[in-house]
Amino acid sequence: MKLLTLNFLTCARKACKATNAAFPLHPKDAELEIVEVELSPLFVRNILPRVEWEALRTLCQDLGLPQLPATAPEPGELFTPNPSDGVEGEGIEEVGEEGEPTQTLKDLHHVLLETTIREGKLVCGSCGHEYAVKEGIANFLLPSHLV
Amino acid sequence: MPQYLVRLAQTHESFRKAELEALAELAGIDIKFDFYDEDSPFCILALPSPSSAATLIHRSILSLSIHELWARGTDYPSLHASNHLSSSTFWPPHTTSSFRFTLDSYRGSRPSATQRTLIDSFAYMPLTGRIKMSNPELSLTIFEDFATGATAPRALYLGRLLALSGRAAKTTYDLKKRAYISTTSMDAELALVTANMALAAPGKLFYDPFSGTGGFMVAGAHFGASVWGSDIDGRSIRGKGGKAKRDVVSNMVQYGLMSRYLDGFVADLTNSPIRGARGPGEDAARGGWLDGIMCDPPYGVREGLKVLGLKRDPGENGERLACVDRYMEEGYIPPKRPYSFEAMLEDILQFAAVMLVVGGRLSMWMPTANEEGEDGEGQKEIGIPMHPALGLVSVCVQPFNKWSRRLLTYRRLSSDEISPEALSAMASRKKRVHGNGENADDLNDFRRKYFQGFKEPEAEHTADRQ
Repeated sequence: MKLLTLNFLTCARKACKATNAAFPLHPKDAELEIVEVELSPLFVRNILPRVEWEALRTLCQDLGLPQLPATAPEPGELFTPNPSDGVEGEGIEEVGEEGEPTQTLKDLHHVLLETTIREGKLVCGSCGHEYAVKEGIANFLLPSHLV
Repeated sequence: MPQYLVRLAQTHESFRKAELEALAELAGIDIKFDFYDEDSPFCILALPSPSSAATLIHRSILSLSIHELWARGTDYPSLHASNHLSSSTFWPPHTTSSFRFTLDSYRGSRPSATQRTLIDSFAYMPLTGRIKMSNPELSLTIFEDFATGATAPRALYLGRLLALSGRAAKTTYDLKKRAYISTTSMDAELALVTANMALAAPGKLFYDPFSGTGGFMVAGAHFGASVWGSDIDGRSIRGKGGKAKRDVVSNMVQYGLMSRYLDGFVADLTNSPIRGARGPGEDAARGGWLDGIMCDPPYGVREGLKVLGLKRDPGENGERLACVDRYMEEGYIPPKRPYSFEAMLEDILQFAAVMLVVGGRLSMWMPTANEEGEDGEGQKEIGIPMHPALGLVSVCVQPFNKWSRRLLTYRRLSSDEISPEALSAMASRKKRVHGNGENADDLNDFRRKYFQGFKEPEAEHTADRQ
């Protein structure tokens, strides 16, 4: 399970979803695995605004990964400037005109898409329920008394 | 605007126009249908330029190719006349190009000698380049459209080939050659069409809440989207087999799409772990973070329609205690109960309304009985479900014998398109009581009718339901 996925998941219990403590889920006894993924600069650029940066920082801290900067990188930091570049926002096809991806983008790619939790548990900070991750697949099914 | 001829596949007719419209929206192309008929594989579009025509068609699944329309007629004399009329525009750039002439007859056939004669009748065109049957610079096609059983074509077109469609993907992703499938896997052609309808494209985030063997994930990834999937049945995600493991991941690997695969996890849509967008304001105003949702929810016939929870209130009996005691144990499987089909549709729409970005799309399949009312009007036992934050884009129907299924595509509206009254009315409306029936038939009209062979419902059943 990629760290990116974890950034979009919270506790499955309805009672917890509204609380702030339930997000992000905290990994426990996590066994990490690095899985190489082809770099897609466009994808990283598009998802960065949707990532909860604070939660990602907490997660990296929990997992003992290198500390991330306090704020998310600006879109301008993801590509080396290209003089002929007039592209902003929307243009999905024009990625070629954006210049080369920077180290910042590559690092983000590594953290979000290549760092995965292979085995372990995800703990809700609100109710303490533990969700198991086995072979990279997390199980969010709740026992009937928690539904 | 110049006219272009699209050679469509004569299959899944009600999907074809909607697919072209979706692709035009995705590419930001102005599209106008000058001629379209469900009974004809030829469609005439007005488009800004030949390059936009090629862009439009390159990932279309239900068309074969797009052509610059040089001439049209109802018989050969009128076709030739029309050809002469536009000759000054179209002929000059191609006089020295290598070329090929072919004949494409729909619902008719011509012996090769006649084909030759028909092609030779265009000998007056000033084409001095050499004839080249493979990869010519100019590929001209005479299209003949015959009515059923007719001996002469009802319409004729002459077109220059601009681009082929993405229909070859239908063969590449054919289920027969896919390693991991199940009884309810969506066929490759329709899964790819679904991905087109939902505007899957590079850099986008897609999710399938009923992923099963991952057919929609494969289709979305084919068009460049990054995909998540979840299913309430963990077995479908974990896959089968020991050493030669077949699972969603192996499907992705088979097609070289692994870099587009994000994750699969086990989850129930009614108790989904997916978070909404965070921040101040109402869900409806914020918009979410998913670009598209594609799904084929269980109909309750081949796949049971289940959500988490106990079938009946256990009271103080052992079942409940066992659950509380044992849920932390290895291999514990949470109990599931049958669920109402309508409630599930409502849940999907609500989920999509919260999770989709503004303009993001939900493409969802839904079965329905083909009931003919007394007055001949088709009566659907469940109407098309609606949500104030979602606008219906298209309804496509795949008919079977006694039932059919529809592909419904919705677009997430922006906050100023959403009527606040409708939204608050929905929020205040008491959630319909769903999911308390004892068995699957009580909860799912479609399932009940399916197993009754779509006969007239019994009086008592009609009385029970409101």
